[in-house]
Amino acid sequence: MKVDLSIITSLLSVDAGADRVVPPTGFTARLTLFTAGAMAFLAVFALALSLASGRRRQLAGRACRISHLADLCPAAQMAAQTERALKILSETPGVSEARALDPDEQRALLEPWFGPDLPVESLPVPQLIEVRETGAGYDRDGLRLRLQAELPGAVLDDHTRWRKPLVQAAGRLKFLGWMAILLIFGAMGAMITLAANAALAANSQAVIQVLRLVGATDAYIARAFVRRFTLRAASGATIGMLVGLVAVLLLPSANAEANILTGLRFQGLHWLWPLLVPVLAAIVAFAATRWAALRVLEGLR
Amino acid sequence: MFSGAVRSVIELDEVAYSYGGGELLTDISLRLAPGSFHFLTGPSGAGKTTFLKLCYGALVPTGGQARLFNRDVRSLSRDEVAYARRRIGVVHQDCQFLDHLSLAENISLPLAVTGQDKLAAQSNLKELMTWVGLSARAGALPPELSGGERQRAALARALILSPDVILADEPTGNVDWEMSQRLLQLLVELNKMGKTIMIATHDLSLIRAAKSHVQARVLRISGRKLQLAGADL
Ligand SMILES: Nc1ncnc2c1ncn2[C@@H]1O[C@H](COP(=O)(O)OP(=O)(O)OP(=O)(O)O)[C@@H](O)[C@H]1O
Ligand SMILES: [Mg+2]
Repeated sequence: MKVDLSIITSLLSVDAGADRVVPPTGFTARLTLFTAGAMAFLAVFALALSLASGRRRQLAGRACRISHLADLCPAAQMAAQTERALKILSETPGVSEARALDPDEQRALLEPWFGPDLPVESLPVPQLIEVRETGAGYDRDGLRLRLQAELPGAVLDDHTRWRKPLVQAAGRLKFLGWMAILLIFGAMGAMITLAANAALAANSQAVIQVLRLVGATDAYIARAFVRRFTLRAASGATIGMLVGLVAVLLLPSANAEANILTGLRFQGLHWLWPLLVPVLAAIVAFAATRWAALRVLEGLR
Repeated sequence: MFSGAVRSVIELDEVAYSYGGGELLTDISLRLAPGSFHFLTGPSGAGKTTFLKLCYGALVPTGGQARLFNRDVRSLSRDEVAYARRRIGVVHQDCQFLDHLSLAENISLPLAVTGQDKLAAQSNLKELMTWVGLSARAGALPPELSGGERQRAALARALILSPDVILADEPTGNVDWEMSQRLLQLLVELNKMGKTIMIATHDLSLIRAAKSHVQARVLRISGRKLQLAGADL
């Protein structure tokens, strides 16, 4: 479809009289409003899902590069053992950084399993060492063998393995979210095309005939219909988007990262994304109605 | 055939028309010279409305050639047809209004459609509505009007863009004698201002009445052809 800027500017102009020539159609009007609203509501959720999955994927992906070295031994020897482990790690090619976690960090890591009041210091909790690898990575089997020989209590816990499916799942969810958004807007376009066609067919043949009789161009007639439906879709979508935002706002917040069903709330600038929904709805309605109107007009002289 | 001035606003050359069955009109040639006044008569179903539609480009001839303002109707784009319509005021037989708009809005529809200056248009509209005796009905919806009121409104709408040509299909079909004389007077005045006028009508008394005011030619469709009516009128 060719982009006609004059049509877009006239669409946004304040002259509300132009679309008065199109008779009010209570039923299709409400239908369009409702459809756009419902679709926008769903789109906000799909968007939330996509963005949350994106965040989760990033998070899991980042964590992928972190391995933990658990070192379980009598408290007295703990410091020496940790020292030894850090030395071994620093000698391992492919390890870019090795750092013993402090008690607060350990507590934070264990919180999802044991709650926030865990007395880490007085429990036989292993000392955790965070290992970051270089891009090339380190030789896991080699490191494991060396640890077995020199520090029998140490466990190399390679998160990569169990995080990989998580990253994959998050990626797939994100993809599904975007697919859903695409389908939602596709369905909205289809429904608005149907509504516009119905409106054009029902009483508008006569209207178009009168307008043609008094010298209206196709562009004028199409504009009147397009304006109607675009404004309707945009206002419906705005309402749906606002209701969707409120619903997302009422979801539990993102603190409990462990659960895929929580943390759907938008974060930071992501709150701006839903504002695009009514704009997109208006664009879809504009294209759908214009196509429908010009198709009907073609058949009349 | 009815050759007049060299330049013409509407020209038909051996035009034929059929709605799909047999030919309704055959071998019709006519030149509407600027400023001319024509009546079109013929029995019901003879094809008067069809003929007028050929004259404003609503129908394309199935044979021969129709020219509006020296352009072949077949070669006109859809936009060019729209522009030609703005120079031809049409009073449709069944009027055709937008029923959800007030009478005033309907009459000023051609102004809205052509995006003309609102203020100048308003005074124009008022004057015109007074002229056709509808100023008291400005806010009424078309379905609330009588047949005669609708016809006067249709005439006002046809005139509001001050077109070069006025094609009126039975403009006095539903009005009393007095009103039909007023409408005729209006059309005669417009003709004196240089407008080209063609009126399709059954009403022979209207034609007779017009003959004392204006030099009008009377055409008759009969037997699928267009003829110049005799002096018996
Ligand atoms: N759209 C159409 N499709 C098929 N036939 C049509 C169509 N419009 C008109 N006709 C037929 O063409 C013939 C002429 O119709 P038209 O309306 O031109 O006659 P008319 O002379 O204006 O009649 P009247 O005086 O009753 O208005 C009629 O027999 C009519 O049934
Ligand atoms: Mg007729």
